[in-house]
Amino acid sequence: MEERCLCQPSEALVFACSGGSNVGQIANQAAIELDKSGIGRMFCLAGIGGHIAGMVESTKVGKIIVALDGCPVACAKNTLEHLNFRIDIYLDVTELGIEKLHEFELAKEDVSRVVDKVVERLKSLTMVK
Amino acid sequence: MKIKILGPGCPKCKMLAANVQEAVSKMGIDAEISKVENIDEIMKYGVMVTPGLVVDEVVKSAGKVLSVEEIKKIIS
Repeated sequence: MEERCLCQPSEALVFACSGGSNVGQIANQAAIELDKSGIGRMFCLAGIGGHIAGMVESTKVGKIIVALDGCPVACAKNTLEHLNFRIDIYLDVTELGIEKLHEFELAKEDVSRVVDKVVERLKSLTMVK
Repeated sequence: MKIKILGPGCPKCKMLAANVQEAVSKMGIDAEISKVENIDEIMKYGVMVTPGLVVDEVVKSAGKVLSVEEIKKIIS
């Protein structure tokens, strides 16, 4: 396996809700796609909720925090804010008109829409900064 | 006390290791210092940004080259 250096904090750390619905899983899949494409680095929301010291400390050095929720219940947002992390980019998948359902056949187009929206917000954020 | 420096061996990891060594020497405490360079082992601590500092198996920091003074506060 190629050795990687982990000493450069990513620009954008991505936390996704990954809850028990289509929209939770769309948020999760979008986070995976953002990581795979090198746009952000997917981090563990459960690690923040579980107060895992290594993950909490790693999050403290992130430059941009992206929280992706499936629905307005906002578990990802609340989990991060519980430890006083500042969320720079927030998206609730239902904002895009995707209905929350208890089913798990995800449409690739829906995942792409979430990814595109995050990229759009990242661009406007970095232009402002 | 067992202190571990987590990092694959890049300059930042080496700087943290040197600062830890200096802090321990200045405080005159008995500590076993070791390095964890394997990324899979590092990730077992939940650390996703290096260098990481672990004291007695508790992660104290990640992604920072702590100064000698900062390290002294952590291990005192």
